[in-house]
Amino acid sequence: MSLFRLKEKIIQGVFTVLAFSSLLFLVGIIFVLFKEGLPIFKDVKISDFLFGRFWYPTYEPPEFGVLPLIVGSFYVSLGAMFVCVPLGIGSALYINEMASYKQKAILKPLIEILASVPSIIYGFFAMAILAPFLQKTFNIPIGLCTLNASIILGVMATPTVCSLAEDALSYVPRSFREASFAVGATRWQTLIKVVIPAAGSGISTAVILGMSRAIGETMTVLMAAGGAAIIPTSIFDPVRPMTAAIAAEMGEAPVGGDHYHALFAIALALFLITFFFNILAEIISRRFRIKLGLSG
Amino acid sequence: MDNLPIKMRAHGVDFFYGQHHALKNINLDIAKNHVTAIIGPSGCGKSTFIRLLNRMNEMVPNTTLTGKIYLDCLDILSPCIDPAEVRRRVGMVFQKPNPFPKNIFENISYGLEVNGIKNKQLIEDRVVESLKKSAIWDEVKDRLHDSALRLSGGQQQRLCIARCLAIQPEVLLFDEPCASLDPISTRKIEELILELKKDYTIAIVTHNMQQAARISDYTGFFLLGDLIEFDKTEKIFKAPHDSRTEDYITGRFG
Ligand SMILES: Nc1ncnc2c1ncn2[C@@H]1O[C@H](COP(=O)(O)OP(=O)(O)OP(=O)(O)O)[C@@H](O)[C@H]1O
Ligand SMILES: [Mg+2]
Repeated sequence: MSLFRLKEKIIQGVFTVLAFSSLLFLVGIIFVLFKEGLPIFKDVKISDFLFGRFWYPTYEPPEFGVLPLIVGSFYVSLGAMFVCVPLGIGSALYINEMASYKQKAILKPLIEILASVPSIIYGFFAMAILAPFLQKTFNIPIGLCTLNASIILGVMATPTVCSLAEDALSYVPRSFREASFAVGATRWQTLIKVVIPAAGSGISTAVILGMSRAIGETMTVLMAAGGAAIIPTSIFDPVRPMTAAIAAEMGEAPVGGDHYHALFAIALALFLITFFFNILAEIISRRFRIKLGLSG
Repeated sequence: MDNLPIKMRAHGVDFFYGQHHALKNINLDIAKNHVTAIIGPSGCGKSTFIRLLNRMNEMVPNTTLTGKIYLDCLDILSPCIDPAEVRRRVGMVFQKPNPFPKNIFENISYGLEVNGIKNKQLIEDRVVESLKKSAIWDEVKDRLHDSALRLSGGQQQRLCIARCLAIQPEVLLFDEPCASLDPISTRKIEELILELKKDYTIAIVTHNMQQAARISDYTGFFLLGDLIEFDKTEKIFKAPHDSRTEDYITGRFG
């Protein structure tokens, strides 16, 4: 074998390893989550863990019911949806359908900048400005609550939703619009009856990934949600989403103890939830591409 | 022209994409119930011209149009005319078949619905009628609720013709309707066009000289945005006036 051939082989090998390293990381993460998370179930039944209403990990005896944390996460994320879905899809429609070239050239990068603002800055904003405002406006004891976290998370997820939804809209071939105009449809009719249905699953993918982003977000909810591990009964109750619990407690949980394993188990649950959302998004968007004839 | 009734008339039309002068002082009459072919090398402005006739080019930003275009005696460029109204009367079939990602029935009924027709029976009748007229009924009558994207290219193109016919336009514009089709589908579309000319006025852009010769009554030859020659198809192909026309149809330049 010539030296040249050998060199080719080595280069190919290096790139193969690089390409598969992300798979390796994924497997490693899953492995660690399972290894460190599962031991909690030796001491706590799965059903007590998932559906237990009390999260008192440092009490004597401790209680490891994560329901309040799960509900907290979902509550906050759902609230965020009410903000980021109309805002994100609305702005995507505007950018795609109505904006002039100039506006588009300004708006798109602006939204991408919004996506790149570090989450701690959103957290600051939520703590220092939004929370006091909510407190005053609604006359509630503290502003750090579900509503506060939802609003700020919604704003954070908006760029994701907007930019993915905008992509979905721009994937709709121009020929569909032309066909619609050619039979005398107005712009509005074309949008409602042709463009949005054609982009529908792409838009749902955008929403799911926005939701996934909201559920996984940590710093902001840690700062904005109030941190009480209770099952909220109103949007003004403080909550402790799963991510916030892990971030806040990991430092003080003794390594190898029940609390430590419980936090890993929460991380595992979180991982599975976001994994599920991403798979769902992938399936839907693949169907979308096939539907539009863009190949699988 | 021999005093035929004129359905559409372009009068002194100039068109710009930005600074690019794409059509230069075009004067062309489209005779009622006849087929008018537009030929010319790529980029000479054929599509641009035909897309002016149903105000389709308005969607392209930064363009300028001067001159007049008439449909019967209606000045279709007048600011008080709704472009949707023009497009209802002047239908268009595109180069690439472009059915909606909906089922076959909905593809046809769409045009009726957006034009405010709600009567279910009427819609159904029109769908069947236009599928029959576009010679595709027999192939799709048992699968009206299948996705239109599952049809072959030639079937899709006839479906697009049906979609166009359903709203009962007066003029049909075809922009290279056979460019992406096989010879058999092409044949079918040509036969269909000859059939349709009894009821409609037709303008067709084509790259295929034989096709122009086979199906058209009048032919216009465009070159770099100019209408070089416009006459009876026979005349254009047998005894063209201008040497550039002759060069083009005999394939001496493309
Ligand atoms: N949207 C557009 N923006 C800018 N220039 C355009 C646009 N569409 C067409 N042109 C230009 O206008 C000229 C005429 O284009 P047109 O599409 O009408 O040509 P055509 O005769 O239909 O060509 P073909 O046979 O390749 O379809 C070309 O020089 C083309 O580059
Ligand atoms: Mg063209």
